[in-house]
Amino acid sequence: MANPNGIGASVRRREDQRFLTGRGNYTDDFKRPNMTHAVHVRSPYAHARILGIDFTDAAAMPGVVAVLTGADMEADKVGSLPCGWQIHSKDGSPMKEPPHYPLARDRVRYVGDAVAVVIAETREQARDAAEMVVVNYEELPAVGSSTRAIAGGAPLVHDDAPDNVCYDWHLGDQAAVDAAFANAAHVAKIDLVNQRLVPNAMEPRAAMGEYDQSSGEYTLTTTSQNPHVTRLLMGAFVLGIPEHKLRVVAPDVGGGFGSKIFHYGEEAVVTWAARKVGRPVKWTADRSESFLTDAHGRDHVSHAELAMDADGNFLALRVSTLANLGAYLSTFAPSIPTYLYATLLAGQYKTPAIYAEVKAVFTNTSPVDAYRGAGRPEACYLIERLVDVAAGVMGMDKTEIRRRNFVPKEAMPYQTPVALQYDTGDFAKNLDIALPLVDYPGFQQRRAESKARGKLRGIGFATYIEACGIAPSNVAGALGARAGLYECAEVRFHPTGSVTVFTGSHSHGQGHETTFAQIVADRFGIPIENVEIVHGDTNKIPFGMGTYGSRSLAVGGSALVKAMDKVERKAKKIAAHMLEAAETDIEVKDGRFTVAGTDKSLGIGDIALQAYVPHNFPLDELEPGLDEQAFYDPKNFTYPNGCHVCEVEIDPDTGVTTIVSFAAVDDFGNVINPLIVEGQVHGGLVQGIGQALYENCVYDEESGQLVTGSYMDYCMPRADDVPSFTVRYHEDQPCTHNPLGVKGCGEAGTIGAAAAVMNAVVDALSDYGVTHMDMPATPEKVWRTIRDATPAPTPAMAAE
Amino acid sequence: MSCTVSMTVNGKTVSREVEERTLLVAFLREHLGLTGTHVGCDTSQCGACVVLVDGRSVKSCTALAVQANGTEVTTIEGLAAADGTLHPMQAAFREHHGLQCGFCTPGMVMSAVDLVRDNPNPTEAEIREGLEGNICRCTGYHNIVKAVKAGAEAMAGAQPAPVAAE
Repeated sequence: MANPNGIGASVRRREDQRFLTGRGNYTDDFKRPNMTHAVHVRSPYAHARILGIDFTDAAAMPGVVAVLTGADMEADKVGSLPCGWQIHSKDGSPMKEPPHYPLARDRVRYVGDAVAVVIAETREQARDAAEMVVVNYEELPAVGSSTRAIAGGAPLVHDDAPDNVCYDWHLGDQAAVDAAFANAAHVAKIDLVNQRLVPNAMEPRAAMGEYDQSSGEYTLTTTSQNPHVTRLLMGAFVLGIPEHKLRVVAPDVGGGFGSKIFHYGEEAVVTWAARKVGRPVKWTADRSESFLTDAHGRDHVSHAELAMDADGNFLALRVSTLANLGAYLSTFAPSIPTYLYATLLAGQYKTPAIYAEVKAVFTNTSPVDAYRGAGRPEACYLIERLVDVAAGVMGMDKTEIRRRNFVPKEAMPYQTPVALQYDTGDFAKNLDIALPLVDYPGFQQRRAESKARGKLRGIGFATYIEACGIAPSNVAGALGARAGLYECAEVRFHPTGSVTVFTGSHSHGQGHETTFAQIVADRFGIPIENVEIVHGDTNKIPFGMGTYGSRSLAVGGSALVKAMDKVERKAKKIAAHMLEAAETDIEVKDGRFTVAGTDKSLGIGDIALQAYVPHNFPLDELEPGLDEQAFYDPKNFTYPNGCHVCEVEIDPDTGVTTIVSFAAVDDFGNVINPLIVEGQVHGGLVQGIGQALYENCVYDEESGQLVTGSYMDYCMPRADDVPSFTVRYHEDQPCTHNPLGVKGCGEAGTIGAAAAVMNAVVDALSDYGVTHMDMPATPEKVWRTIRDATPAPTPAMAAE
Repeated sequence: MSCTVSMTVNGKTVSREVEERTLLVAFLREHLGLTGTHVGCDTSQCGACVVLVDGRSVKSCTALAVQANGTEVTTIEGLAAADGTLHPMQAAFREHHGLQCGFCTPGMVMSAVDLVRDNPNPTEAEIREGLEGNICRCTGYHNIVKAVKAGAEAMAGAQPAPVAAE
């Protein structure tokens, strides 16, 4: 009998009760006795030398407890924020890895770089005093963009990184690609910018440090997606605190989207300062600080070429990308434009030869790292825009050119020319499901109707494949990862049959407290109310790697299954003893342990009680207790994939683009909770639509000033900017190498959506001869494009 | 400089000595410990801080506590009935998965309650326009819109709404 709250059920979320009644516990909600408040003094210059810091007046302000600077940290031997992934350049040399101190020492390198921290009784007092800190800067020439960074004679962000290059990396078979281009019948080319974005989780980052003088233990409460990673990096590399004396808690976290993966300087500052001032220290970013200092995403400038034969079969892909890493290396920054980008350039296509070069540079801008999708949206956008250009070159239908080049499902597992091996996927099926959803045959008629109303209608397709749950650890290590990529779970049955699960995955909106509990309830046939999911506290859970890269279910869920397997194996032995039967005769189903062919059976609750009150227990064979832990290191990535179709209508008089319809068809493998999965897709789609139509993080190229530093300038998608969606998924192609058959769904929407929207926008403008437009397609940009175009009557127009 | 502010918050009369510059949201969070109301921006854009003042939605990051002197304030903590029964709008958000990380949720729910007060039977377009002052980064709004529609229907069918200020 299926558990009503088991796998496949749209269980309403258990975490919602506290969030809906204002009882969530976010970092800024915590208040400790005697707590102080920290406000950072930040550089107003993109690049400057610090000649001196005078905080005499600030220190005398009411309520000020301390003013601390980089010199204080240096005196205490505080280290540099470490980078978790090392890339080697084409020539074998390691990437440039300049130090990144939590408080700058002699130079500031981006607007927002922290130079001092003021600690006071109240936040307002700290803020007032921070205004009084006088920093004497000598302004230096700045580099505000990646193209400027590599221009001859550009100022150097770091003296030991010549030409501002961090690394110059490549992947693939250049000779094979060159040969294919030499024999190509047709070549499609594109130059595009994947603009910088600010992740903008709605909860601004916050951190609270505490130091217990009696035990010598530190506690950091922080807005983190992976508290153990922060503990390791901050404890071992920055503050020199052994891990058994450092607890990191990530309580309710208000969204992350990648931006809360990284170890940030403020976390080290409040932890270190808590001991210095002998009181808890809390810092909460205001939104302006978030804009300035959260790690940003994307920021690629690329050129790509696709070689085809006479029939439109893809022969080879050549890509050259300039990636902006910002002023310092954020925790996983080097891996994003390399192993999470170039490895995805095959997309869903059987392109036999691919060569990608990526030059990553330093600029005087906020560090750039993973943002929802992290490299994969950049790859998808490049491929799918290029495929549309290729369709134009070939005069082929945009669905037909895709279908012709799909990796067929019969070819799975499929080894791409860029390192990955796809396990499963039926790309044609995704398209087959999508086309009726959008009435593709009826599109030309809708286009004509729009035209009759003076509007421009376009349809855009994007297919995507992503690689989730980065693994296995040994392969990632060989590619430069300085961390393991497993996940842990502990399943602790209590004597009366309820269960606490400790997971290293971290939920910051994904609903693990529900989904993970469903998996346990399903397996053991127990009410979901009897399962508690604990996460986000290094003192409670085994070493976990946290949540990013759509890994929670594929990796954390698999660890959970492994731990449940262990529980079940032990329970089976206990049951055999209790039922006086051979272990091989015990059948297990939905948490009932039955002697085969009899009505003798026990529930998991009976067994749990015996495990803790072992009066009738095989003590010579087994230890008491029913509490098992497992670590799971995946054999491969998982490969969610799908097809997005967007239809837009543009008003040529205003340049406003309206999304008329959007359909997403996805293959996430098996689905545990459809309600939650669809919610993940919706949210992902709007972040992709946001990039396509609205969001753009702009720095002034010369001064390095952030131009879009608030919601007044940085356009977040709002409810009236976006449509409702048609979302479908199929479960025909489960992942073959994890026990749940799941692939991950967190980033999919964002990966496919931007390309689908832009393909639709360009399609709508095709009568004006437009073959490409960089994102975001703002009304102004669209309007100017239309104004500047000389519409040539195309066959489509002539026919109308 | 400090001053005394008094108001009714979630049905309870409160009075505190605060600095004159204290924002209403800081008063609620720091002085009353009502941390359900959130601060998501510093330009009155995101709406995470929306509360009801005398029944109308107000961005509490943009009002001084003294401006709310003598008013009746309802925060997300005061929306459910005394016995813990969720307000129909809260229940609808749960039923339709109208929240993920939960950070924008209190403001979103309070705005939705006020929206429905003005327009008891809103269309999808009216809901989207009505929530234009509340940013959500997680849900893509799809399920929020469904939730508000369902919440409006439930509120229309409900007996006296359990909102103190209404």
